[in-house]
Amino acid sequence: MIYFLTSLPLMMMRTFRTAVVALRRNLMRAVLTTLGIIIGIAAVIATVEIGGGVSRAIQASIADFGANNLIIIPGAASSGSHNWGEGSQLTLTADDALMIGEQSDAVHTVVPVVQTAGQVVTDDGHNWQMNQIVGTTTEYLDVRNWHDFQEGGMFTDLDLRNAARVCVIGDTLDRELFGGRTAVGKQVRIQGVALTVIGVLKAKGGDLFGNDQDNILIAPWRTIKFRLSNKAGADAVTTATGGLNTAMNSLNNLFPTGGQPLYPERSDIQLADAPAPIRFSNINLIQVTAKSADDVPAATAQIDTILRTTHRLRADQASDFQIHTMQEVSQILGTITGLLTLLLLSVAAISLVVGGVGIMNIMLVSVTERTREIGLRMSVGARGRDILLQFLVESVMLCGAGGALGILLGELASWLAVTKLMGWPAGFSPLAVAVAFGVSAAVGITFGFYPAWKASRLDPIEALRYE
Amino acid sequence: MANDKDLIRLHDVHKTYHLGEVDVKVLKGISLSILQGEMVALMGASGSGKSTLMNILGCLDRPSSGEYWLGGKLVSGMSPNQRALVRNQQMGFVFQNFNLLPRTSALENVMMPLNYTPTHISRRQGKKRAVAMLELVGLGERMDHHPSQLSGGQQQRVAIARALINNPPLLFADEPTGNLDSKTSREVLEMFGRINQQENITIIIVTHDANIAKVAPRVIRISDGVIVDGAFEGQPEPAAAGGGR
Repeated sequence: MIYFLTSLPLMMMRTFRTAVVALRRNLMRAVLTTLGIIIGIAAVIATVEIGGGVSRAIQASIADFGANNLIIIPGAASSGSHNWGEGSQLTLTADDALMIGEQSDAVHTVVPVVQTAGQVVTDDGHNWQMNQIVGTTTEYLDVRNWHDFQEGGMFTDLDLRNAARVCVIGDTLDRELFGGRTAVGKQVRIQGVALTVIGVLKAKGGDLFGNDQDNILIAPWRTIKFRLSNKAGADAVTTATGGLNTAMNSLNNLFPTGGQPLYPERSDIQLADAPAPIRFSNINLIQVTAKSADDVPAATAQIDTILRTTHRLRADQASDFQIHTMQEVSQILGTITGLLTLLLLSVAAISLVVGGVGIMNIMLVSVTERTREIGLRMSVGARGRDILLQFLVESVMLCGAGGALGILLGELASWLAVTKLMGWPAGFSPLAVAVAFGVSAAVGITFGFYPAWKASRLDPIEALRYE
Repeated sequence: MANDKDLIRLHDVHKTYHLGEVDVKVLKGISLSILQGEMVALMGASGSGKSTLMNILGCLDRPSSGEYWLGGKLVSGMSPNQRALVRNQQMGFVFQNFNLLPRTSALENVMMPLNYTPTHISRRQGKKRAVAMLELVGLGERMDHHPSQLSGGQQQRVAIARALINNPPLLFADEPTGNLDSKTSREVLEMFGRINQQENITIIIVTHDANIAKVAPRVIRISDGVIVDGAFEGQPEPAAAGGGR
């Protein structure tokens, strides 16, 4: 036993050399045999790395959308047994947003959002149906991680306070309405209210779910809320303010809407004293950016406390709002891509098994073909375990070399697919490489054992006489 | 009956093969002794049991009963691994069909048995020894040639060099000239004589051909599983006759 242990390195060295020589004698066959392993391992590597690329791409687009983002929406309104669903209650106000910004230290940016939909018309008659008319504050683009303009720029805090009739439009809207002509300075009308375009955003493309993010119009939230008349905007004022809106007038007499009155009537003195009147200001949602992805849970908890306090909810009352984070979405998508990768991996694993059977087959052929050689080796003093080791090392080397080639091929494939074709962030996965190499060696041992064992059990006399 | 100079001593060796329900007795009580440095021809017709006897002498097979002493050690009781070691260290084989590894240089062929030595021999040392052996058999010029590039006689000489690489005291040649023409046969047999003389290596040539047996000073004749002639050294040399087909 001690002799066996001390002579092990020497034995391995000799065995390796013998195996290399034996494999070189039949190089073409060795390469063809290994093809199964090469393809199997390449498939494993490519699958893992392309899967990784997909999930990184998803993570990236979530991050683009804002991995740190939280969305607060009002709770569900219900009367009797009927529930109008999430967001149907009007509980959030712009003041809530302000309050969160002031009181929560895990929060970076808070913006209130008023959403509406409608037809947008230009002076020369182009029109486009919009369902993403967003009323918000100047920091909205920070939350969306969207900073680049084709021309013009974002509206200012002054525009916000004044409910200025300005807007910023997305690339799709620009194309549909202005089609190449300069948009900045032009007017668009929504529900009869004219807004001046002051900025055109750079294209951002589809979001996670394929929605066109460039089909957007952004305006100061007060502008949308109080100047435009539609359900999401002004109706809220009506229901929330009740009888107060009987004596309102429109600031926009040029395009009388015949719809909703916008402001409570105020005296000149009142106007002079308080340029920004106190308004009932229910909003559709609040978008929040946490300081970092790690701060998202803390931000969630703080927002919950703040809103429950400002909404004067008792401990036994359910919250009248809900907080959604992108982490939920990210988790779901992570699970889906994980499952897909697993599926592809199992297909790749099957191809590895097929490759292993190929190795076993050719090793059996090799043992039969070299029966005389085995007999000869035994006659000059090879023991059964020397022969076993020799054939085992041969099959492991076949698989190992196949694995190495497969890793190269797989890396190439994943590089082509992920980086070149799709433009996703590339990912070299050392784990996949290590596992692939280990698996190919294991396949070599598993499928090489039976032929090697068969060879080691040959009777030297019979083997020498074999024709 | 045997003395200390005996390299090989067989005492009442039997070999029985069990083929299904039939027992085939191939060797029926063989006793013989061979001295260190002898050159012996083992003769017998096919089916006489000479191949079986050679396999037992060559430690490739073990007797069903009886004792086999090689260099003072009882080989008949050894495990397969121990016998492998004996084959590696104490004997060399030369076969009728040469049994060289194809697509492998003469030098590599000669060095092959060194893979199975228990003691470490560096590749350089091994190469040196193999070159010396190839020069001994007169193939110093053709060390890089593959078997397919060598004539039959040259191939057999490579096989002889391979058999001698571990400096064994004993060399078996199983019909060594069976695949050679008469001229190269003569050359190979002369080489056996020279090795026997110069290196004091015991050589056992197994053959059915009386002409080949003639080169050996001593002939052991086997027929139907028993030795009919020449079992012990010093017995009268019979005239070359019989055997063959």
